[in-house]
Parts: sequence; C-alpha cells; structure tokens
Amino acid sequence: MQLFLQQVLAGLANGAIYAGMALAVVMIYLAIDHLNFAQGEMATFSTFIAWQFIAWGFPYWIAFAAVVAVSFVGGIAIERVLFKPLHNADILANLVAFIALFSILNSADGYIWDYTIKTFPTPFGTKPLFGSVLIDSHEAGMIVVIGVLLGLLYLFFSGTRLGLAMRAAAQNPASARLVGIRIGWMTALGWGIAAAIGAVSGMLIAPIVFLDPNMMFGVLLWGFAGAVLGGLSSPGGAVLGGFAVGIIETLVGTFVPYVGRDLKLTLALLVIVAVLMVRPTGIFGRTTVSRV
Amino acid sequence: MILEVDGLNAFYGEQQALFGIGFGIDEGKIITLLGANGAGKTTVLRALCGMVRTSGDIRFDGKAIAGWPTENVVRLGVAHVPEGRGTFVRLTVEENLQLGAMIRRGRAAIAADIDRVYDHFPRLRERRRQQAGLLSGGEQQMLAVGRALMLLPRLLLLDEPSFGLAPLIVEELFRILREVNRDIGVAMLIVEQNAALALELAEHAYILETGRIVLDGTAAEIAADEGVRRAYLGY
Repeated sequence: MQLFLQQVLAGLANGAIYAGMALAVVMIYLAIDHLNFAQGEMATFSTFIAWQFIAWGFPYWIAFAAVVAVSFVGGIAIERVLFKPLHNADILANLVAFIALFSILNSADGYIWDYTIKTFPTPFGTKPLFGSVLIDSHEAGMIVVIGVLLGLLYLFFSGTRLGLAMRAAAQNPASARLVGIRIGWMTALGWGIAAAIGAVSGMLIAPIVFLDPNMMFGVLLWGFAGAVLGGLSSPGGAVLGGFAVGIIETLVGTFVPYVGRDLKLTLALLVIVAVLMVRPTGIFGRTTVSRV
Repeated sequence: MILEVDGLNAFYGEQQALFGIGFGIDEGKIITLLGANGAGKTTVLRALCGMVRTSGDIRFDGKAIAGWPTENVVRLGVAHVPEGRGTFVRLTVEENLQLGAMIRRGRAAIAADIDRVYDHFPRLRERRRQQAGLLSGGEQQMLAVGRALMLLPRLLLLDEPSFGLAPLIVEELFRILREVNRDIGVAMLIVEQNAALALELAEHAYILETGRIVLDGTAAEIAADEGVRRAYLGY
C-alpha cells in the first residue's frame, strides 16, 4: 500500500510536468491548428539558459524568473518570424517548419552547451517531505509550482479581458476580427505563454531526468499522450490528461512486469493510439454544441 | 456622409463579384441593399470590412479605408453583424457582449452599456450566464446585434438579420433596430431578402443584380413601384 501511494504521488509529480507540456501544446494547437513538435526542444533550450544563468552565479529564483520572461519573448519571436508567414500555408509546410525548429534548437543546445549530461539544481532539496517516505521535497515542489502556474493561467483566461480575447480568437477568428481583436497578436501571445509554460516544466523536470539536448523527448511524448487523452481542444482536459498519464506511467512501470523503465515510452504511444481509436476527441474534447 | 463608396469592385480569387458599386450613407440614416440570392449583397458588406479583395474607393468619415485589415476598419467604429451571426458559441452570452466592447476602455461604461443591451433584449439578460451556442436562432441574432452595439459603432452593417427567424421575432428585432437608430443615431446598412420589411425601416434603397446596382431610390418610391417589386423583389 505504501509503495502504491508512493508511486501515485511520484506519478502526480511527473504528471504535473506532462500537464504543463500538454497545456503548452494545446495552447498552440488551439491558435494555429497544428501540433508543436518542437515544444520539448523549446523547453530544453530554456532550461539550458537557466543552467547558464545559475552557472554564472545568479540565485535560482532570479534565474527562474528571467528564463520565464526570456522564453515568453522568445516564443513570441518564433511565431512572428517563423510561423506568421506560414499562416495560410498547408499542413506539410508547417510540419517542415516544426521539424526545422526542432533540429535548430536541438543542435544549438549541443553546439553551445555540448552534449554531456548535466545536473540541474532544485531549490526544494530532495529530502523526504516532513520526514515522510511517501514523497520527497522536490516532487512536492514540482506539484506546487505547476499548481500555482495553472491557477494563474486559469485566472488570466477566465478573468481578464485579454484572456477573453485570446479565447475568442482561438474559437472563432473571423468573428474575433469583427470585434476588433488583432488575432495575429493573440496567436503570438499564445506562443509566448506556451514557451513560458514549457520553460517552467523543463526547469522542474531537469533535476530528475538530468539536462542534455534530448532531455524533453520522452517528456513531450507523455505531454502529447496527456493532451490527446484529455482532448486537444480542451485546455482543462489536457491538464487532467497530463496528470493521468503521469500516474499511469509510474503505476504500470512499477507494477506490470516487463514494462519497467524500458518500455515506458511505448506505453505513451499506446495511450495515444488507443485514445485516437476509441475516442479521437479525447475525454473532454468537444464537438461544438450549437443550435441554428 | 459617414460612408461613401465609389467604383467598388470585389473579387473571390479570379472571380469578380462586384462591378463598380457606388452608394453613400448619411450620418445616422438607414439604407438597405436588396436583391436576389447571389446578387452580391453579402459581398458588399464583406468588401467594406476588408474581408475580400477589392479595388475602388471606400471612404468612412472621409478616410480612405479600402484594403484595410478588418480589425482596423472595426476600430474606426464599423460594426458588422455577419451572415450566420458570428456567435462565439462556447462563450457565455455576457462574454459575447464583452467581446463587442473589446476595443473600448472604461469598465464602468462597458458594464452600463451591457445593461442597456439587456434593456433592449430582456431575454438575453435571463440567459446571461448561458453558453451562447444554446440560444435559439432569434436570441442569437439579438445577441449579434447587441454585440455589435457594444462597440458604440457609428455605422452598423447587418447581413440578413431576418434570416431563419419566425415572423414575430423578426418584427420585434426590426422594432428594436428602429429604436436603436433613434436613440443613439447610429447609421445602418441593412442587407435583406425580406424587402418589404427592410423598406419600412430604411430611408433609401439600392437594388443589386449580379454584382451591379441596377436601381436606387427612396424606400417609399421603391416600395410603391409595382414593376420594380415584381421584377426584383418578388412580392
């Protein structure tokens, strides 16, 4: 029983990160109808910048805040430079752009910071939380930080005019323009927020999986699995899906023989395929309800 | 004049849809654009808002706005109630109204104007927290008009407001449009297939056929001319 609880909590901690990546993917998907395959590489790049700041001697939380800001601006820049011109291009052109972004960032990581695996600090320590054997302090920190981030995003989207404008632009771009919303900038803002969420996720998972240019590959796959499970058209669903696949991952890895560490990623793909076969919209994804 | 259009052509790809359209609207007046299905009525509205490729002259309040991006035209005070109503179906009624005021500043004034829209359309007040996609067709049309009014527009473009609505609802809607025009003096351009109704509301009418204006006159003249009614308006 103790092992089970331990694994569920560890799954929640990983799931928090998957939820972050799933939400980042969904935000861009809602804005431009494409999956951002480079979301993980963007997060890795952000994490390397954080590593650099910390190596230069900046305190952790200063580096953390600076990297969130830099990533936000960087996300906007990527949209303006690379994807805005592809606004009306077909899906393959966009796909190639995502692959390009993926390899550029991946190679830049290796070129600037080389391919050796680096440790990444955690501000929470890794001691058992309050002496409990169930969860350590870094895992608890991950859950809290992501929880706060999700709460802030919820307040932003539900309670501010800008958040409302972004939702409107994603739902009905033609009507959004007719009320004067500059939908191009809403898309760019979505990229900025997605990049910032990715940066937070990357910095939180790095102490566990260690930092190298391919750090986020598996993490993004789980993020995709969470997003597909919860529903690509539903930000809230994607978040819940992310937490769910985190728990599925640790439980199956621990309790199902043969899966262990090696076959875990296969499991992520299995989740994606199964959901797409049984319920392609995901659990919370919706087909539009309307009456005419 | 709030709007002057001269020699306006519009294109869908290579296909030309409007040919040298010209008309004008005086401050605070209502005009209507009539014609059969496919005559180009909707295209005129889309051309004014930069939603299709155009050539020719469009002046709003003296400013040449031809070729402007849609959102910039809107920001001058042109509200467009589009074909199909353009409801944000997954947002609440109240959020739809707030979006109408997206380019405005001043929380208190916006809240007061939302209240005024509810006074015009009491049924929207009852359903303010509901998802807009669940409203009936008539309610959605009222919401679309309410959303457009939230802009505090100087010109309101209405694309077939009567489409798909029960006769009683249509009458109520047109009564409210008349009220709104009288109360806040917003100019209106109404595109309609229901010619009789539109001619009652408008002062001036233009008749469109295959992308050209073939006739214009005061609403009273057009309504009184039986030949015109038979040939173009089908009643």
